[in-house]
Amino acid sequence: MTSQHMKLFFAIILLLVSTGSYSDTVVHREKSLYRNIVVTEKAGKRCLVFSVKRQQRNQTCVDTNDPKHIVFAYVRMIFAGLLVNPQPTRGLMIGMGGGTISSVLTSIYPNLTMDLVEVDPAVVKVATDYFGFRNTHQIDVHVTDGRVFARRALRRNEQYDLIILDAFTGEYIPEHLMTVEFLDNIKSLLTPGGIVIANTFTGSSLYHHESATYAAVFGPLFNLKMPGTGNRVIVASTLDLPDSETLMANAMMLKPDFERYKIDLRKYVPNMNRDPDWKTDKRVLTDQYAPANLLRNR
Amino acid sequence: MTLAFTSGFIIMSIELLGGRVLAPYFGSSIYVWGSIITVFMIALSFGYLIGGRLSLLAPRLSKYGLFFVAAAITAVPTILFGDALMDWVFLRFEDPRYGSLLAAMLLFFVPTAILGMIAPYSVRLLVEETHHSGRVAGGLYFISTLGSALGTLLTSFYFVLLFEINEILVTMAIALVCCFLIALIVDREVEAKV
Repeated sequence: MTSQHMKLFFAIILLLVSTGSYSDTVVHREKSLYRNIVVTEKAGKRCLVFSVKRQQRNQTCVDTNDPKHIVFAYVRMIFAGLLVNPQPTRGLMIGMGGGTISSVLTSIYPNLTMDLVEVDPAVVKVATDYFGFRNTHQIDVHVTDGRVFARRALRRNEQYDLIILDAFTGEYIPEHLMTVEFLDNIKSLLTPGGIVIANTFTGSSLYHHESATYAAVFGPLFNLKMPGTGNRVIVASTLDLPDSETLMANAMMLKPDFERYKIDLRKYVPNMNRDPDWKTDKRVLTDQYAPANLLRNR
Repeated sequence: MTLAFTSGFIIMSIELLGGRVLAPYFGSSIYVWGSIITVFMIALSFGYLIGGRLSLLAPRLSKYGLFFVAAAITAVPTILFGDALMDWVFLRFEDPRYGSLLAAMLLFFVPTAILGMIAPYSVRLLVEETHHSGRVAGGLYFISTLGSALGTLLTSFYFVLLFEINEILVTMAIALVCCFLIALIVDREVEAKV
């Protein structure tokens, strides 16, 4: 190695070290078919990051000292959807992240069985290796596209009383999972009284289009936003939405179950809003018209 | 030249929309794109081969125009019966890889192959002397690939934001019919001059 080469070598090492020190400790790095997956750790918090140079988004985080601590606000907001149907027995979740949501739900409800659909096999692997995800007898993991699974489930006449849609990485939206036709499919999979809980986007013109699309399929919705978060969770039912007294009663009923996760669902009741706060005249998204990713930048 | 540009434009525009058409049945995974690109490449390669052969049989502009109208006609079933067809494939193929490959084949092979015939036939029509053939072919590749680039860009950036998929496909079919009419008119004029 000449001195020129040596200099270059050290320059590269230095560069690697310095960029590394910017972020949290990287525990694991994996390139999947769909994205780069990074597992980071900092101050007792382990996070699953779908890495993008410009902006890194944590998909899911767990507290390594206290696995029962639910780090993310939006996860707690998804649980608030249970206020509409507090005793689910058959669940479907599209998009698994670190697997936290399904693990919590199946431990709270011993009679609940869930189909968990994730398109990216690497996500399932990382959830298992780094986020303590366990494939119990209550959980069936299916590595396939959510739309394909839903279509096949309908053919098999499957019925769910709880469907959770959380398939959005924040960087790229699967546009075929945000159309009237897909949501019609989802609605047909619901039992009478079954509910759908969807983690969605805010802060772009897509918010209006997406809300209008859900409203077109399900009619009245609960629109849940919490101060200090950029998340919005939609809760819809095949039956009429319950009033706030019922929601509060359900929150009381679920209180002991969620106490060990330090969640009090009562605080979400006042924020479960029925009135549309979106522009209701916006064009509904369909399989024919689904430029969700473009609308997000407007 | 304009016609070669249009065919290049339309090939890539349809290819991009192909992903959208298949997604509701087979997802939008990487293998769906793999299916589409494979089918388009195979279709184009056979189109080139057959187009080259056909250019041997008394080539003229009016026949050239028939490629455009044939592509438009064979695209009609794709627009009208696409869903029924994909439903049929979906029920018979559990694996979305082979399902999407077969569906892409049934939906896009024939119109794309016909569009592929245009390129070699254009070369035959434009080449007047053998030693110019390389320059003519180069110019045609240039213009049709530029058309493809523009078709890709406009479709993915703007068309999908403004129109429904079928609206775009129908417009493409109408554009192809217009190309046919242009070829016919120019053919008449050339005939009249001779």
